[in-house]
Amino acid sequence: MVQAVNNALEIKLADDENVVIYGEDAGVEGGVFRVTEGLQQKFGEKRVFDSPLAESAIVGTAVGMAIAGLRPVVELQFCGFVYPAFNQIISHAARIHNRTRGKYKTPMVIRFPYGGGINALEHHSESMESIYGHIPGIKVVIPSTPYDAKGLLISAIESDDTVIFMEPKRIYRAIKQEVAEEKYSIPIGKAKVVSAGTDITIVAYGAMIREVQKAMVMAKSKNISVELIDLRTIYPLDKETIVKSVQKTGRLMIVTEEPNTFGVAAEITAIANEEAFLYLEAPVKRVTGFDVIVPLPASEHFYMQTPEKIFYELERVMKF
Amino acid sequence: MFKEYNPIENKIFRIIDNEGKVINTEGKPAIEDEKVLKAYKDMLFARTADIMAVSYQRQGRMYTYPPNYGQEAVSGALAQIMREEDWLVPAFRELGAWLAKGATLKDLFLYFKGNEEGTAFRNAKKLLPISVPIASQLLHAVGIGYSINYKQEKDVVFTIVGDGGTSEGDFHEALNFAAVWKVPVIFIVQNNQFAISVPVKKQTASVNIAVKSIAYGMPGIKVDGNDFFAMYAALNRAQEFARNGNGPVLIEALTYRKGAHTTSDDPTKYRTKEEEEFWAQTDPLKRLFLYLKQKNLFSDNEESELIEQYKKEVDRQFDEAENSPATQLEDVFKYMYADMPEDLKVQQMEYEKFLKWKESQQ
Repeated sequence: MVQAVNNALEIKLADDENVVIYGEDAGVEGGVFRVTEGLQQKFGEKRVFDSPLAESAIVGTAVGMAIAGLRPVVELQFCGFVYPAFNQIISHAARIHNRTRGKYKTPMVIRFPYGGGINALEHHSESMESIYGHIPGIKVVIPSTPYDAKGLLISAIESDDTVIFMEPKRIYRAIKQEVAEEKYSIPIGKAKVVSAGTDITIVAYGAMIREVQKAMVMAKSKNISVELIDLRTIYPLDKETIVKSVQKTGRLMIVTEEPNTFGVAAEITAIANEEAFLYLEAPVKRVTGFDVIVPLPASEHFYMQTPEKIFYELERVMKF
Repeated sequence: MFKEYNPIENKIFRIIDNEGKVINTEGKPAIEDEKVLKAYKDMLFARTADIMAVSYQRQGRMYTYPPNYGQEAVSGALAQIMREEDWLVPAFRELGAWLAKGATLKDLFLYFKGNEEGTAFRNAKKLLPISVPIASQLLHAVGIGYSINYKQEKDVVFTIVGDGGTSEGDFHEALNFAAVWKVPVIFIVQNNQFAISVPVKKQTASVNIAVKSIAYGMPGIKVDGNDFFAMYAALNRAQEFARNGNGPVLIEALTYRKGAHTTSDDPTKYRTKEEEEFWAQTDPLKRLFLYLKQKNLFSDNEESELIEQYKKEVDRQFDEAENSPATQLEDVFKYMYADMPEDLKVQQMEYEKFLKWKESQQ
C-alpha cells in the first residue's frame, strides 16, 4: 500500500503543478513510513518538502495555499498526533467554502496513518475516524487495499473539498497486490461489495477487511454465506449499498477498530434502523474496540479484532 | 528603519504628536497632501459607520458587533498601502481595511445581522472572510504567502491579529513557518491594550510584542498605531521588504480600543476614567485632523458636512441590508461542500416536507 500511495502522489505531482506535498519528514527522508520516498528527489524542494514540526501550522498553511489555488497534500505522522490541528480542520478547512458562500475552496488532502496492531507505543495506534466523520464540511476516506489506496487518493487530490485520508498502517506493507501503473480513480462516497453473500452483511473498512476475510473462511466451513462491504469512505457514507445488502441478508454486523460508543458502527446501526428495520432478523451487532485507550503492545491483543473474535460474534448473530 | 527602531530597545516609531505636529521629519513618509486627505476621509467614513453600527445594534437591528472606535489609523494606513493584487487576511476589527479591499458596508451589516452572505465579500478580490477563532487566520496568510513564492508572483499578504492573539500557539507557529519559508507576509498586531478584559501585561512578559520577531528571525517594529504617518511609513517599508523577497515582517501597532470589545462587553468593569482620558489624547482622527487643519487642508465645517453626508450613505447601505431578501433553506446546505453529498440533499428535502406540512396546518 505504501507504494500505491506513493504512486498516486507521483501521478498527481506530474499531472498538476498546483499539487504540493509537505509535512514532518515528508521531504528528504520520505516520511516515517517512507510513503513520500523519492518524490522530493524527482519533483524538487518547492513541491515536496519538510515543514517545521507543528500540526496546526501544517494544516493551517494548507488552508491558505488551497485558498490561493494550490492543491496541498499534507502528511501528519500519526492519527494520535492530529489533535493540535483540530481547530484548523474544524474551524477552517471544513468551513471556508461555506463561510465564503463558495467563493473560496479548500481542495486539500490531510493524510495520516491510523490503527493498531503494529506494536507501537501510546498515541501511535488509535482509530479516530468517527471524530472526522462527525465534522460537517469535510470528507473522510479509508482504503483497504493498495489498488483502492491509489484510486481513492487520486480522487481525494482532485476533489475540491477537504479530504481526510486515513491510511491503515498495519497493512502498509502486509498486503501485496498488483496495481496498474497508469492513472485511475475510485469515486469518494461509494462503498464496494467485496464478496456477495446471502446470510449476513458485514460492513468494515481499512485493516479490518483482511481480518473479516479470514473470519469468512471459518464461516464458510459452517455454511454461513457472508456479504462483505468495504465502506471505502466514512463520509459521505454510502447508505444505499449498505441498505440494499441488509434488505437482502436480514442481518448486519459492523467490524471496526475504533472505540465503540458514538462510532462509525453506531452510525451504520442507526441507518439500518431507519431504512431497513422491517428486514432485520437479528439485532445489528457492533464489533469494535472497547471504550478504552488502545493498550500498549503487552495488552493490545485484547483490544484488536481477530478473525476468531469476528467469527465468534458472527456465529452469535446467526444463532439469534 | 527596522535597525533604528530595534524593538529590544523598546523605542516607538512616531511621526506626529498628539497635537498633529510633526516631531520626526526624517521619518515622515513622502505622501502627497491629497492622499493624506483621502486617508483621513476614509477613516472618518469608517468611524461614522462604526458608531452607527453600534447604534443599530443598540436598536436591536443588528447582532453582536466589534467596534473599531479608536483604532482607525491602523486600517486607514493599510488602506493606502495595500495594492489590488495584495491579499488581506483579517481578524474582525479592521473595518477600514475591509472597505479598502472592496467589502461594502452592506456586506458587513448583512454579516452582523446574521447572514453568511455578508462575509463572502463577493465583489472584493483577495480578501478573506472575517476570522473569529483568535490567531488561526495567521496561518492562512502564511499558506497564501507560500503560494505567492511558489508561483513567483509579486503580491504580499497583510494579516492582522490582536494583542491577545499573540498568546495563541498559532501566532508562534505562523511567525515561525513564515520566517523559515521566507514568505511575503506582513503580520500586524493591533495592540489595543485589552483582550476583552485582560490587559496586555497579563498576556506577555516580553518588553513589547514587536520584540518577539527577533526570536523567529524576522524584522519587527513597534509603531504608534494611532499615528497615521507612522503606520503608513512602517507598512510601506514592510511591504517593500517583503515584496523584494526578504520574507516576513512583524509590526506592533500600539493603539487603544475606545469602545467595548463587542456590543456585549462592558469596559467600565476593567478600565479607569484616567486611562481612557490619557488615550483620548492620542486619538488617531483627532491627531490627523489637527495636522490637516494646521496645513489648511481641511476645516471643521468641511468635517461636519462630510459626516452628515456619510451618515446618509451608511443609512442607505444599512437599509439595503435590512431590505435584503430573507435567507432560504437551501442557503444552509448548498455551500457546505463543493460537491454536495447525497445525504445533505436528503436532509434538505426532508425539511422541505416538514415546511409543506407546516404550511398546510395554517
